[in-house]
Amino acid sequence: MAKQVAKKKNKGFHKRDNINGFLFALPWIIGFICFSLVPLMTSLYYSFTEFNPVKPAVWVGLKNFEYIFKDPLVLKSLKNTMFMAFVSTPVNLFIALLLAALLNSKFKGRGVVRTIFFMPSIIPMIAATMVWIWMFDPTYGYINRVLSSIGIDGPAWLVNPAYTKWALVLMGTWCVGTTMLICLAALQEVPGSYYESADIDGANSIGKFFNITLPCMAPVLIYQAILNIINSFQYFTQVYVIVNASSGGGNSNAGGGPANSILMYPLYLFNTAFSYMKMGRASAMAWLLFTIVSILTFIMIKVTKKVSESGVGGE
Amino acid sequence: MKIRSGAYYKKILKRLPRYGLAIILSLIFLSPFIIMVTTALKTNSDAFTIPVKLLPREVIWNNFPEAVAKIPYFRHMANTIFITLFSVLGQLFATPLVAYSLAKIKWRGAPVISSLIMGTMMIPYTVTMIPLYRIWSELHLTNTYIPLIAPTFFGSPFYIIIMRQFFAGIPNSLLEAAKIDGAGEFKRYILIALPLSKPALTTVGIYAFVAAWSDYLAPLIYINKVDKLTLSLGLQSFLNQFSVDWTHLMAAATIFVIPVVAFFLIFQRNFVEGIATSGLKA
Repeated sequence: MAKQVAKKKNKGFHKRDNINGFLFALPWIIGFICFSLVPLMTSLYYSFTEFNPVKPAVWVGLKNFEYIFKDPLVLKSLKNTMFMAFVSTPVNLFIALLLAALLNSKFKGRGVVRTIFFMPSIIPMIAATMVWIWMFDPTYGYINRVLSSIGIDGPAWLVNPAYTKWALVLMGTWCVGTTMLICLAALQEVPGSYYESADIDGANSIGKFFNITLPCMAPVLIYQAILNIINSFQYFTQVYVIVNASSGGGNSNAGGGPANSILMYPLYLFNTAFSYMKMGRASAMAWLLFTIVSILTFIMIKVTKKVSESGVGGE
Repeated sequence: MKIRSGAYYKKILKRLPRYGLAIILSLIFLSPFIIMVTTALKTNSDAFTIPVKLLPREVIWNNFPEAVAKIPYFRHMANTIFITLFSVLGQLFATPLVAYSLAKIKWRGAPVISSLIMGTMMIPYTVTMIPLYRIWSELHLTNTYIPLIAPTFFGSPFYIIIMRQFFAGIPNSLLEAAKIDGAGEFKRYILIALPLSKPALTTVGIYAFVAAWSDYLAPLIYINKVDKLTLSLGLQSFLNQFSVDWTHLMAAATIFVIPVVAFFLIFQRNFVEGIATSGLKA
């Protein structure tokens, strides 16, 4: 009997467990091969070809990459995306932190307020974007109506290229619910004893915020910041809907909004693939995006490791 | 009547700015919802009258039946319900299986699969989008719901992580006891692990529901026949004119959003838990 058990053992794993484990994980393994691995490799191959749905792929070498590095619209869309990544992210983090701090204090109806702050984040993006387009209407929209009541002549938000991206930033602050909840959880984990000893030292609340709260939350905030930046490189639905609405709709050839000011990289990629039918070139664009996101992810892992290792606020 | 001390009122007074801020911010966050509903209750001329008024000058309900008649709304809704139903089923089938394998079976591949799952989360959809479109169109399955539903039967990283976290919390002793009684792995999974994980299954289910109901990009790529469209794409038809038909669009959007809001209000705790387990520990 003992011999049999020993036979089954294989580097600490039982053969039966290995089989069962594999069988239970099989759906994901198949899905991984069919929906991730094979498409990923095919996409890499496609990036060196020219093809569209009615034409088989023809090898063209580095031509696609040469084209996208020279294409001014690629540069433009990358700049627009960078704007979202590096302007929208800090704004969102600030708002999320502010809302979380408010929710972390005691007052009646806190649960209801939390619900209200979080709800926009689960609303279908398409519906949310449409409401915002309507609110941004320069003449009949509610935002400019409110601004005019305090004496500000509101801009033509989604028409004037100088304001379009700021409109997107504003829209983004409405959907910070997830980040807010994570900030709130992190706030609640700051040890109360830190504040108590600060109180004894006579620290004011602003001092406490910068000397205790912020350092304690640094790992979470940095992680959220980089996650936000990575997500900016996937920014698509909102701009796609806005561009189609302002061009009379239905026609995805519309491009990138006023003076291409909201032509985000994924939008340009989508248009290249499905409107201009340059699927090889779009694949090359996708791999450029993948490279950028991979580098950012690598930085994120390194930085979060370093911050949590340096032990800021860690116990 | 209860008599309250001065200290009580002092406390309230001190919290007043907090209440003020909470009320103002709540109103700001609610305003898009309010504007969506009030616009849906306005006549077209009312919506386009200056000065802009938040409340309708005269409340009319006609926009709702009219919006529903303007596009094949119920057709779109039936399509959306169909896709959502099967997506939720798919996720509820695959997620616990894979998560159980990672959390409760001690096998050689578990660590590799775990890190691969984290890895796939980093792949932008734009990279796999074109080859997948190519494959589905070669199989003549565009304009069917298979490209939208099939992937859900193979599990998604976010849900698997939530579920794995939950399974990890189930005491091994429960499963060991059944093992001694002679129950095989699958029997233990079905009879012990699954019944215990109703809360986590609910969380996965509602996330899958909202994701499928709201999905825009996948239907945009695969569906273009009018009678096959989902609601998220159908709403777009209100933009198919030179000027947008705002009052009807807002009415249609309101009906579209209601199920999501209702689900959210009922299952709020699950949403929050899902973020807490995956967001902080990921």
